Parts: sequence; C-alpha cells; structure tokens
Amino acid sequence: MSMKISTRQVDGVTIVDCSGRITLGEGSVTLRDTVRDLLSKGNKKIILNLADVNYIDSSGIGELVSAFTTTKNQNGELKLLKLTKKVNDLLQITKLYTVFDVKDDETAAVKSFK
Amino acid sequence: MGITEQRVSYTLDSTLQTVDSAEEKATRIATELGFSDDEIMQISMAVREAAVNAVLHGNAYAPDKKVTLSFERTPENLVITICDQGAGMDLGRIPNPLAPENLLKTSGRGIFLMRSFMDVVEIRPSHTGTELKMIKHVHGPSAGDKEASQ
Repeated sequence: MSMKISTRQVDGVTIVDCSGRITLGEGSVTLRDTVRDLLSKGNKKIILNLADVNYIDSSGIGELVSAFTTTKNQNGELKLLKLTKKVNDLLQITKLYTVFDVKDDETAAVKSFK
Repeated sequence: MGITEQRVSYTLDSTLQTVDSAEEKATRIATELGFSDDEIMQISMAVREAAVNAVLHGNAYAPDKKVTLSFERTPENLVITICDQGAGMDLGRIPNPLAPENLLKTSGRGIFLMRSFMDVVEIRPSHTGTELKMIKHVHGPSAGDKEASQ
C-alpha cells in the first residue's frame, strides 16, 4: 500500500493525515512535498497524524527528521500525533522519540501550539 | 520456497522494485518458517534496509550491476545474505546514528536498524562489492543476549 496524505485545518494548525507506508521512494517524496508546500504557503504549525501509518523504514524516518528540521528552520513547529506501536518502537530505538514532540490526543496536540 | 527447502537465492536488478521485492520475499519466508509477527517485521525491515544499501549505495542503480539475495535455513538459524557489485563500503566511516551530533541527520540508520533487529550482522566489503550476512536465530535470544557482531 502506497502512502496517502490529506490535510485539514483546525484552529490555525494544519493536520496532515498520513496513511500507508513511509518508505524510500514515493512515500517519502509525498511527505516531503506536502510539508514543503505547507511551509511555502505560510502554514507553520503542523501536526503529522501517523495513526494509519503501518510501516516506516529508515528513509521514512529520515523524512520525518527532515520535515521536523525544515519546519523548525522556518520558525515553525511540527509535532507527531498517534504513533502506531511499530513507529513508536522505531522512534524509541533510534532515540528520536526525545527529539519529536509526540502527542496521543488531537485536541491536546492542537492546543499545545504557542 | 517451501519450508523443507534449505536454501533459495535470487538475482535482482538494481532498482527500487528490488527493495520492495526483497522485503516481500523476506516476509514470506519468515512467515513460512514460523517466526513471530514481531520477528517477521524485524527480518523484513532488516532485509529492506540491506537491499536499500545494495541498490543505492552499492550498485548506485547501475543497470549492469546485480544484487544477489539468498535465504538459508539451518536447524538453528535463518541466514540471509545480500551482495552487491559496488565499490565496497568503508566500515570505519559508518556513523553512530545515536550520537547527539547525528540524531537529526536524515540518513545513516540502515545498518543500525539491521543490527538492532537481527542476532548477527556481518559486513564484508571488497573492491568488487559488499557481502552482508544477517542471522536470525529460530528461537532467538532476548535482545540483551545478542552476540557481538561486526
């Protein structure tokens, strides 16, 4: 299953609903293009909802890091929402769980932006 | 591959399709061999990462270079070998992705993930290519009992 992305706005925050696989190739490119497009349009409060992401490889992890740093470098904030166990485990073993701001509840995640 | 067969090998092109194909083969074989769901995921991801290394970093997508992938079942282990025909990697230059200065790098986690998920990972680079051998014990030890591996 390839990756699918849709975006929506909630109280000034852009929620990016991702589903499928974030892997080398199409999935990573789709995520990268989406985040860059949002930033170019001034949307700098971003939540990546990963509730339906069932697989991610090292390239996908790299894209999450890239999205995080790209957003931060443009004075924005990017948070992760609703990690599956597999993605959570991967972020734990790569020590990235401490880098990302990870939320479980969408409402709380939206409110957490400054 | 049937469970009774001991070894199967594939010669694959240096394409992104090979990465997906290698992962699918690993998933199927690990499932046939009765590994747990978590182990199947670990084996599949390790093979995917190894295939990415072979296709991208080893063969650099060269159409005249192949990737060979083999699965061997011994009484105790599943042994997976992936070879490319690239220039070979410098093991001394593989960064530690957990080091603070590397945490925010966008690449360099593939070998780390292989080592995290498999019981043994051996890398043998040469000027004619890199051979990467990974072993998963059929009844694997806990993570804390992992063997030292290169």
